[in-house]
Amino acid sequence: MARYESLLDACGGTPLVGLPRLSPTVPEGAPPVRLWAKLEDRNPTGSIKDRAALFMVREAEESGRLRPGDTILEPTSGNTGISLAMVAKMRGYRLVCVMPENVSAERTQILRMYGAEIIFSPAAGGSNQAVAVAKQIASEHPDWVMLFQYGNTANARAHYETTGPELLHDLPTITHFVAGLGTTGTLMGTGRYLREKVDGIQIIAAEPRYGELVYGLRNIDEGYVPELYDATVLTRRFSVGTRDAVLRTRQLVEVEGIFAGFSSGAILHAALAVAHEAVKEGRQADVAFVVCDGGWKYLSTGAYGGTLSDAEDALEGQLWA
Amino acid sequence: MAIEVRVPTILRSYTGGSKVVEGSGDTLSRLIDDLDAKHNGIKGRLITPDGGLHRFVNIYVNDEDVRFLGALDAQVSDGDSITILPAVAGGALGFAAAAALLGRPSAEGE
Repeated sequence: MARYESLLDACGGTPLVGLPRLSPTVPEGAPPVRLWAKLEDRNPTGSIKDRAALFMVREAEESGRLRPGDTILEPTSGNTGISLAMVAKMRGYRLVCVMPENVSAERTQILRMYGAEIIFSPAAGGSNQAVAVAKQIASEHPDWVMLFQYGNTANARAHYETTGPELLHDLPTITHFVAGLGTTGTLMGTGRYLREKVDGIQIIAAEPRYGELVYGLRNIDEGYVPELYDATVLTRRFSVGTRDAVLRTRQLVEVEGIFAGFSSGAILHAALAVAHEAVKEGRQADVAFVVCDGGWKYLSTGAYGGTLSDAEDALEGQLWA
Repeated sequence: MAIEVRVPTILRSYTGGSKVVEGSGDTLSRLIDDLDAKHNGIKGRLITPDGGLHRFVNIYVNDEDVRFLGALDAQVSDGDSITILPAVAGGALGFAAAAALLGRPSAEGE
């Protein structure tokens, strides 16, 4: 697995690496408990979202929704936007991203570099303004295609067909799979595959718990659960706060040399919790977890240095995963 | 010792502005009854009329989602920390815009 016809063909097939120093120590004679990191930062644009972007575009091509030269509209500044920008470039589509003007300079530069066009909504208007701008654009361009990762089954299918089989091939003794819960695509797809193949497998979700500012304006009656989400796929679901996510992100690079984004730290936190439980119960465990992306895009937050409280303050109000 | 309950901003009108309140009970259901006795009306925001946990409310016992611990029958005890949060998808901004474009109900409201 070293030569590929094009960058798109190099999507997936990421390494699974052991964490000998962060895995908990077990008493002498007890069965081993080991942590394994699936390095999704090794995908073409550096995040797990490449898998979903590729599958969503291919599915839209096959169903005839997306035709050569079409324009894709994606209202996000996150990893999905970057992945779609690369796939769109390679497959010959135009990508337009709608995002608030206060996103980091790195994000804007990466997207433009991959050829995406950006339409900004005023920062002061927040999400409501972004929605209003996006609505206006859509009404002016009814022919533009939206892939909608939260409800697009090709997102989960990408993981059912690739991430899941890769994990089982590399770690036949897997007992736990731990990943982040956002669109829920990774957990739904990988989780369904592993449940079909591995008796008693535990599928664990790690959900970011942001600072208060993020939730501040949310009305409970206007909450949202992604269409892809099916709770029966999960065994347990943990909420991980900013402080724990930062602590684990730092441990990952300091102890094991893996430089990751904060969502991966949150996932590691949940993975360690189940690993320590297995030690207590004297059970063998091979806990595989997802490293979603590298830390490069988050350096400007300043949260990799200083005290944990400083880092927590730096990330307050930000959607860090 | 009591059970510590973290209340989201949107529900603090029921707790006189308090971010953290205390309650008691051996199940989540009894804890919520106890909270409602002290902070009248809060139960109605967490539980639907048919007695289930509100779809867009997430409650965690020591950082673990109660829906996987027996929901309202989840066991709680003194010293536990309970967190109540509105359900928000990661990258919620993107969702809000996408939902608006697709004509779906928005996480942000209109």
